[in-house]
Amino acid sequence: MTIKLGVPSKGRLMEKTFQWFGARGVSLSRAGSDREYAGAVDGIDGVELVLLSAGEIPRELEAGRIHLGVTGTDLVREKLGRWEQSVSPVAEMGFGQADLIIAVPAAWVDVNTLDDLDAAAAAFRARHGFRLRVATKYHRLVRDFLRSHGVADYQLVDSQGATEGTIRNETAEAVADITSTGETLRANHLKLLDDGLILRSQATLFRARGALTDDTDRATLAALLAKLGVD
Amino acid sequence: MPTIAATRAKAAQLRAQFEDAGAVPVETPVLQPAAALLDLYGEDIRGRAYVTSDALRGEQMLRPDFTVPVVQMHMEHGATPARYTYAGAVFRRQEDDPDRPNEYWQVGYEVFDGQDPAAADAEVFCLMRDALAGLNLRAATGDIGLLMAAVAGLRTTEPRKAALARHIWRPRRFRTLLDRFSGRTPMPASRRALLRADDPMRDAPPLLGLRSRAEIEARIAALRDDAATAPISSEEVALIDAILEVRETAPNALEHLRDIAVDLPAIEQAVERLRMRMGALAKRGVDVDTLDFEASYGRASMEYYDGFVFGFYAEGRPELPPVASGGRYDALTRVLGQGAEIPAVGGVIRPGLMLELEGAR
Repeated sequence: MTIKLGVPSKGRLMEKTFQWFGARGVSLSRAGSDREYAGAVDGIDGVELVLLSAGEIPRELEAGRIHLGVTGTDLVREKLGRWEQSVSPVAEMGFGQADLIIAVPAAWVDVNTLDDLDAAAAAFRARHGFRLRVATKYHRLVRDFLRSHGVADYQLVDSQGATEGTIRNETAEAVADITSTGETLRANHLKLLDDGLILRSQATLFRARGALTDDTDRATLAALLAKLGVD
Repeated sequence: MPTIAATRAKAAQLRAQFEDAGAVPVETPVLQPAAALLDLYGEDIRGRAYVTSDALRGEQMLRPDFTVPVVQMHMEHGATPARYTYAGAVFRRQEDDPDRPNEYWQVGYEVFDGQDPAAADAEVFCLMRDALAGLNLRAATGDIGLLMAAVAGLRTTEPRKAALARHIWRPRRFRTLLDRFSGRTPMPASRRALLRADDPMRDAPPLLGLRSRAEIEARIAALRDDAATAPISSEEVALIDAILEVRETAPNALEHLRDIAVDLPAIEQAVERLRMRMGALAKRGVDVDTLDFEASYGRASMEYYDGFVFGFYAEGRPELPPVASGGRYDALTRVLGQGAEIPAVGGVIRPGLMLELEGAR
């Protein structure tokens, strides 16, 4: 048996993850060509590398098909109900920092807080006949946040990419998205709400709760965590 | 967990009881057009109901309750007065608690009759109570109409009253607004800076999107007006708090509310409605002297209740939702009827929970 480690399959997140493990004596690499989603692990036996989209890693952990996985806190919370019951964070990895925030056009000088957003949404609905649209791909997190803060008269519209552009295109009035620097927001003439921080996220090594039944696998996991210095 | 067959049989028996009480049995489709529910409840309903769609009819929801389709049906072709009963499955998304079912049965009884609202309130409450007899449940009652009347009677501007009324069902935002309007919390720095600026739009970056400059200016004007308005007095805030804190037996609550009404005459009619309801309940054999009354009960539910509210709870099983619940929803008929309002009150029982409790005894 082996234990399976899920790692984002491309881009900066994959490279940083490889570096993080490499610095701790576990070398990860892609096997064969760049198109093949298979990988190799050196420095410890009994661990198999599985390359996946970061968005799929939470569900794979929950299902127990991988035992360890690197993904963002934001994705775990968005995709898993009662995430604490199915996965547990092992280590924050110090990269992939991103905040899930709510932003509105910077020209909305009258809107700086959730209080303002709620009042503007009520007036918007009365004027336009539909609810103020917030574009996002984080439906659950955003809805829970706005509900718990008592914001009404908004609707979420799905945006899987280029979310900041939805306002210019008049398919949304506000956005809830991940930002690492705020640069994209400024470039798009948007601004953060003062109290619009929904979640701080970073790349995190998670383990699936209760996925291992085999003694050898449990020993392998313990050895891996010890080697990584996160046991 | 009781079987579906057992639940169905229990539901049929309850519905027959409600038919005997004079209700006409009705059915509604399981798939409901999403638009009406979204318009009513907003985005929150998506967190609670299963949404699906097709290219032809657009978004549909698996019926999260019967009230909305029954009200729509009645408003389209029902003659008032009317009494309806129904039994069937409802569907609720569960994202946090795997122990809560995402599909369960409800049996309901809805009264559209403006003749004698107190009697109609008592009729629904007592039908539920009788159907649940022997289960030894605790009844909780309240009345959202008290808070609504208190807000309408505040000595402040109409926009402030409208803002508070809009959030009656969101206790946290209601409190934030009340604190702001009464000067208990300071104005946020960003708003102070905005109001100090001669021309707040002067240095603003280019405006994008559908919300226009005129809308922004209108809100700034509204904020300026509000800043120039005297705060809601601490006496009035204390009266609102006093109403929200009323939590005792019905006769004591009535007495207490009458005292509050001396200083807040706007709630007199609502208090009178409570007195008449207690009379109607007593007439049907309810021991009102021991009946619990809580003025803030039912505020956090999403049900659009705006008057009498009630629920029946299993003592010692705090993890269970109410076995039955209901209330008055005149406002819902006003929204769904585009101005045409029909006084309406109703309640639902969960036969599955009844069986579970009967089995545990």
